[in-house]
Amino acid sequence: MTVADYAFYLFAIVMLVAGVFTVVSRNPVHSVLWLIVTFLTASGLFVLLGAEFVAMLLVIVYVGAVMVLFLFVVMMLDVDFAELKAGMAKYLPFALLIGVVLLLQMGFAFGDWHAAEGADALRRSVTPDAAEVHNTAALGQLMYDDYLMLFQLAGLILLVAMIGAIVLTLRHRSDVKRQNVLKQMYRKPEESFEMKDIKPGQGL
Amino acid sequence: MVEFFTTTNLGIFLLTLGQILLVLVPLFVALAFLMYGDRKIWAAVQMRKGPNIVGVFGLLQSFADFLKYLVKEVVVPAGADKFVFYLAPMITFITAAIAWAVIPWNDGWVISDLNIAILYIFAVSSLEVYGVIMGGWASNSKYPFLGSLRSAAQMISYEVSIGLIIIGVVLSSGSMNFGDIVAAQDGNGIFSWYWLPHFPMVFLFFVSALAETNRPPFDLPEAESELVAGYQVEYSSTPFLLFMMGELMAVVLMCALVSILFFGGWNSPVEFLPDGIMWLILKMLIAFFVFSMVKAIVPRYRYDQLMRIGWKVFLPLSLGWVVLVAFFAQYGAFWGTYARWTVGG
Repeated sequence: MTVADYAFYLFAIVMLVAGVFTVVSRNPVHSVLWLIVTFLTASGLFVLLGAEFVAMLLVIVYVGAVMVLFLFVVMMLDVDFAELKAGMAKYLPFALLIGVVLLLQMGFAFGDWHAAEGADALRRSVTPDAAEVHNTAALGQLMYDDYLMLFQLAGLILLVAMIGAIVLTLRHRSDVKRQNVLKQMYRKPEESFEMKDIKPGQGL
Repeated sequence: MVEFFTTTNLGIFLLTLGQILLVLVPLFVALAFLMYGDRKIWAAVQMRKGPNIVGVFGLLQSFADFLKYLVKEVVVPAGADKFVFYLAPMITFITAAIAWAVIPWNDGWVISDLNIAILYIFAVSSLEVYGVIMGGWASNSKYPFLGSLRSAAQMISYEVSIGLIIIGVVLSSGSMNFGDIVAAQDGNGIFSWYWLPHFPMVFLFFVSALAETNRPPFDLPEAESELVAGYQVEYSSTPFLLFMMGELMAVVLMCALVSILFFGGWNSPVEFLPDGIMWLILKMLIAFFVFSMVKAIVPRYRYDQLMRIGWKVFLPLSLGWVVLVAFFAQYGAFWGTYARWTVGG
């Protein structure tokens, strides 16, 4: 076995263990932390595949941004998770049943998997040669040259989703005081205070 | 002998280990003196003497502090989550240390010459926020928790604008490798560095770096006048030392990034002097001096102002700049200053 093989088994085992702990740990913050470990090891597996760009994006987007928000929300929640998780033993058989069904479905699907005659060659025709361009350039070429319209379409869908979320959650409250930043910045000393000369022994 | 170090597994391991020690040991020693310098500059601005007891001119002050931190007792709050409590300072320290793996010191002097070095730095610095959040949460106390919440929001906000500013530089160099970026700035001295074409972004990057590393005037996560010491309140002894060293290392890393991305890395400012590692170190020292001066002379920001300036000023500006640079680079504006592509094309 080479070093890469050892690294693969290390990452794979850590990933599975962390995944299990994500589900079973009692404290929700611990669950999120285990999930972070899962993502980090997943990005390690991507590095072993030679997809270092995807690996770094996984860390930046999921670990650096999404999980921070998760942690934020979970830390602020005032829910008794121990109580929520108390029914775990009760629901475990049901969950196992669903898991087994899903596994069987996937097994049937992939066991009977046939690629079309020219599919492999078709896919290879757009993939740049790995020896010539490195990872980032290859991805860029695919996204911005070959599949530009699809990429733009995906961006448009995300934009619509984002605007929808903002419209749904935005509400203007008229009963709170708001700051007018420009007004604050253009305020002059003369408008906000005046100097008084106070004689000793006298008040204002 | 050479084959042993380049072909066998043990040899490669030993070679990398040696390189890591070669970077980290001088870095740690430098940190001690940078801490001392930081305090001395701060003191000088306020017309104090600063540390001047231990050693000549107090030069050994940081080492005395180091010893003190090591031998003091570690106090863990009763309600603390022990495991996470100890994990948090280690994460801060380790993420700050591993980022140095891709920083080049001279042409080819780098532990790991990644093609995606900038993304790696970005990924590692996005992990740094976890040390702060976990430290604040695990302390199980009000002030640390508030400090860590503030810090999380602040670091995420400014990471966005740092990322966009870096994208501008990457667009100009056509590569995410630090060696290529520095090579793209090679030319006729100081005027071929990126600070000139990317002038407004140098300033924005510097301010974002201040916020990203929780330095004053953006040290709201540890604002001592309102939150005692923020997420560090419950920490003592070695865990606290790890937090401090991790933070300082992140600051020095930002100095290195400013020097490499905008000030030509190891390129000499004038043509008749040779390029070399001393230029990079000199530029980092100057950047650190500016960091310390800002700490000494600028009052702390209010939290809502910090958020406003991050999302409503820096983000639109840097986003617009990326679009502008993309146009400049594509159409070769300003005699091709914005398109110095050496690879790909």
